[in-house]
Amino acid sequence: MSLFYVVAFLSIIFALLVIFTKNPVHSVLYLIATFFTFTIHYIILNAQFLAVVNFIVYMGAIMVLFLFVLMLMNLNTDTEPMKSTLLKVVGAIAGGCLLVTLVGSMKTLSSASTTAMDNTGIGLVENLGKVLFSDFLLPFELSSILLLAAMVGAVLLAKKDNKTA
Amino acid sequence: MEEYSQISAFGKVLIFLIMGIVFVMLAFITNKIIAPNKPNPEKNSSYECGEEVIGSSWIQFNSRFYVIALIFLLFDVEMVFIFPWATVFSDANLIAQDQRWGWLSFTEMLIFISILLLGLVYVWRKKDLDWIKPVLKLPTVDTKIPLSAYQAINEEKYQPGLKNKQLENSPIVQENNIETENIKPKFVPRFKKS
Amino acid sequence: MELEFLIEKTALVLVLFVLTLTIAAYSTWAERKVAAWLQDRVGPNRAGPFGLLQPLADGGKMFFKEEIIPSGANKYLFIAGPSLALLVSFLGTAVIPFGQNIEIFGRVVPLQVTDINVGILYIFGVVSLGVYGIMIGGWASNNKYSLMGAIRGASQNISYEIAMGLSIIALLMVTNTLSFKEIAAQQHGWHWNVLYQPLGFLIFLICAFAETNRVPFDLPECETELIGGYQTEYSAFKMGAYMFAEYINMFVSSVVMAVLYFGGYNYPGMDAVNQALGPTWSPLIGVGVMFFKIIAFIFFFMWVRWTVPRFRYDQLMDLGWKVLIPLAIANIVITAIVIVGFDLFNKL
Repeated sequence: MSLFYVVAFLSIIFALLVIFTKNPVHSVLYLIATFFTFTIHYIILNAQFLAVVNFIVYMGAIMVLFLFVLMLMNLNTDTEPMKSTLLKVVGAIAGGCLLVTLVGSMKTLSSASTTAMDNTGIGLVENLGKVLFSDFLLPFELSSILLLAAMVGAVLLAKKDNKTA
Repeated sequence: MEEYSQISAFGKVLIFLIMGIVFVMLAFITNKIIAPNKPNPEKNSSYECGEEVIGSSWIQFNSRFYVIALIFLLFDVEMVFIFPWATVFSDANLIAQDQRWGWLSFTEMLIFISILLLGLVYVWRKKDLDWIKPVLKLPTVDTKIPLSAYQAINEEKYQPGLKNKQLENSPIVQENNIETENIKPKFVPRFKKS
Repeated sequence: MELEFLIEKTALVLVLFVLTLTIAAYSTWAERKVAAWLQDRVGPNRAGPFGLLQPLADGGKMFFKEEIIPSGANKYLFIAGPSLALLVSFLGTAVIPFGQNIEIFGRVVPLQVTDINVGILYIFGVVSLGVYGIMIGGWASNNKYSLMGAIRGASQNISYEIAMGLSIIALLMVTNTLSFKEIAAQQHGWHWNVLYQPLGFLIFLICAFAETNRVPFDLPECETELIGGYQTEYSAFKMGAYMFAEYINMFVSSVVMAVLYFGGYNYPGMDAVNQALGPTWSPLIGVGVMFFKIIAFIFFFMWVRWTVPRFRYDQLMDLGWKVLIPLAIANIVITAIVIVGFDLFNKL
């Protein structure tokens, strides 16, 4: 249990550093560290597959994309121009909405019982595969269509860019 | 206590990680201590083949790389979905439980992979995977010699030994040969006799 | 018990570290010797017999050189780049079984630091982290060549990662497990996976070349275009860290290929040897066999380096996306059909 507190402390520290660092590239790197602590959390929960997926997809893929964007789009100047007040208001409203959602989800969480944890092997890859290909077949196949849509979106984004460049 | 043994298995990875960090830090600190440190502005300037550095290199880059990263991300996610399937696909226990398991999971994955392939084909057809290729440019020179003349020379085949034989047979060379036999060396080294 | 266990593991980790470093150091020597041999030269022969002390001299030199951090560079990231590259390259060996369980002084010691049951995914994750060392270092240098090298390297690595993962998936369908220990044990005697997955192995091999940035995939540091690529601005041990990382990566990918496809410590006729020599000595022969395979792979890496010319960048991307990925998907489908068909055949 003490391990949990150490890791949780670390993830909060890194998450705060993400927000408070001036240099965007630094803050992305802190985000990588935050994701790494999340991986440790998953391992402590014995959700190995999730841990490794978090490791590969979030740390390996999404963060590469983030770094690419930051490094290539020239956002890395320390002296970022101040955002307009309208943007600030919109940001505050969006943040408030997220907070409300989180609080709401917390409320439902506290009423749920924690008896679902009797099967500790649930996070192993084999069990996940069995469940994924029997009970959750339709969502699984639908997710592939979602990914296809995302790919089409990526290509469309690129097309727009090529014309201007 | 299977789950705890697995946590300790990851704990060993942590030992590995910590020792790795210690090793890397030791190496860097050793370098820091024993290496000389005499910086000067010339030495600390960025390397640009000896020229003066022009501007920062932190500039906008070709968006093609960004697209590749985006597509990679999507493929990575799809691949992660396939991993659990691969481990249970030909599982003997599952096949023993249900005769149809192999075929069922096979068709499921076939659908998934074909949708993935559809994405790949789409990206391919939209030419986002094509890289900029070098364009062949023929240099134009202001000269009166037509290109066909160069081509004729290029296509000419060199036959070894032919020219020399022709030369030997020609009368000029033969005359020269006779002359050279008659010519006496003009310079005769003389040595002082002591 | 707990303390003994910890000591045993720490000792194993230390041995593995020293081993990895030694092999990486001597790979630099071997590379020069192999190059000399292939080009009919002598190669390093001054430091010690056959130039065997050359790696020590080279390594020592790295420590005594002045480290230069360009004034325009981002200082923290400039240091973080090579350290990450070196650290990540080390992590791969943690899950590799180098031999069967060995009996020393009546204690059964597994020749593997840890057997996590998602071992292959772990390796895959470590490989995907390899991008960061190059990318951060190249970007932080604030040098045009470095940046180009870094971007090229990152794009190349991520492109070949997909084909690599897909080829591993086909392998998993044969083995049904993600644990390296079980995969190694399954290939007992002659049942090496390369016999069941020849195409998968080929794809994995090509991707391993690309992930380690070896010739013909060394575009991130190709000296004719980019001076030194992402390591242009690096000096002293930081440059050494990048170089070491490259050779360690080569070692690790050789190890992974040996275990996944070439049976690891297994060799034909090992049962007879096991019975004849007992549980203390026979695993050592297995370790010897394993290292023979690893060294053969490392030699292959070097052989290719001095034989094949470099790719052009569009060729490299075409190979990755338009050849290897479709091939890897086809390999998965073929493997699935064979397995299902075989199953049906057995029932008839």
